[in-house]
Amino acid sequence: MTGPPLTPSQTVGPFFAICLPWPDGPQVVPEGSPGAIVITGRVLDGAGEPVPDALIETWQAGPDGTFAHPDDPRTVTRAAGHADAAFRGFGRCPTGADGEYRIVTLRPAPLPCGDGRTQAPHLDVSVFARGLLDRVVTRIYFPDEEEANAADPILLSLSERSRRATLIAAPGTAGEFRFDIRLQGEGETVFFDV
Amino acid sequence: MSTDEPATGEGAVTLRPYQRPRGVHPPADFAPYKSSALRAPSQPLVLLPHRLTEITGPLLGEERVKPADADLTTQHAGEPQGERIIVTGRLLDGDGRPVRRSLVEIWQTNAAGRYLHPVDQHPAPLDPNFTGVGRCITDDEGRYRFVTIKPGSYPWRNHPNAWRPAHIHFSVFGRSFTQRLITQMYFPGDPLQPLDPVFNSVPDTRARQRLVARFDIGLTEPQWALGYSWDIVLRGRDATPFEPDGDDR
Repeated sequence: MTGPPLTPSQTVGPFFAICLPWPDGPQVVPEGSPGAIVITGRVLDGAGEPVPDALIETWQAGPDGTFAHPDDPRTVTRAAGHADAAFRGFGRCPTGADGEYRIVTLRPAPLPCGDGRTQAPHLDVSVFARGLLDRVVTRIYFPDEEEANAADPILLSLSERSRRATLIAAPGTAGEFRFDIRLQGEGETVFFDV
Repeated sequence: MSTDEPATGEGAVTLRPYQRPRGVHPPADFAPYKSSALRAPSQPLVLLPHRLTEITGPLLGEERVKPADADLTTQHAGEPQGERIIVTGRLLDGDGRPVRRSLVEIWQTNAAGRYLHPVDQHPAPLDPNFTGVGRCITDDEGRYRFVTIKPGSYPWRNHPNAWRPAHIHFSVFGRSFTQRLITQMYFPGDPLQPLDPVFNSVPDTRARQRLVARFDIGLTEPQWALGYSWDIVLRGRDATPFEPDGDDR
């Protein structure tokens, strides 16, 4: 199979904030929507210092397990689109001076793997920043989904419990979760080859 | 399955994964680029199979742009300083198919090499008639088109006497999470390219040259603007679909 050769990645650099942040970027659903949760966290570098010029992007299924996307093969049996039209599935938030980001969204449902197994509820996350020549990709899982997490094929593929723990958000107050992203060093977040 | 059941559970689903590009993108840790030292992950990456979350992605379109967003020279009361250019090309996947109706976002310096960003304090003038931000949606052939000003080179502190070659930042989505790409487009004949660690971070020489646009006299508009052509190619589908009970790759 020979198609046109692919375009390489380059760093997002330090000046993306003139373009990429959208006013509604962090709101996957509007603030205060029924069932809305808030995921906050900090992006930290190898010295434990906050990264104030990173961009976080999230992508996930809706609470009903659907994606508003025609390549979801299950859409042949159901209309494409979410029951909640205000749910975008996609979130985008630049980090602030303290390395902090914040995403308002709905909890995703578990998903079929395609082989009979089930993936625990998760968000896929891209991190872009000066110093990252290509994005790094991680996942956010939920702390109150112990049973689903214990059967999740991706989490099971990580042999060390300490590394697995880097993918599971910490519980906060009602409807809030914390997910710090350590780019390097002690407690380094698991990043994926996608 | 009735339509009001959640689309989760035991049902087998055939998912078509995407290619995994090898040797195309820069390595995470590239010592000549100093900012990577404390930010590049040091642990090996873990293979993530392409499942529902990865083969889908945000399909952002017209709701994110206004028609005027594609012309960076007409966003203010007056005309910006500099050399007016047209930058156009196609957004394709690795199978050669156009990515239609997809969001393209760009940002760049003005003609003097200055970003309209508080962190950029390099002693070059801002241009009150230039913001340096553009957006458009690809057409049914995957084509994007911007009218802008040729960006300038600018100094940075990566190493002594470091200067970035002129470039335009591009952000594209494709149609799946796996295809998401942020990159930079460069201009032909720029003597700073061989000295630039960001450009040189792409390991393969030919892949690196794919970041350089082509001057195109056919796109150049007489008495108006120079034309540059640059295609962006995102990964395509893998040849073999992931079948239920197939290899867990």
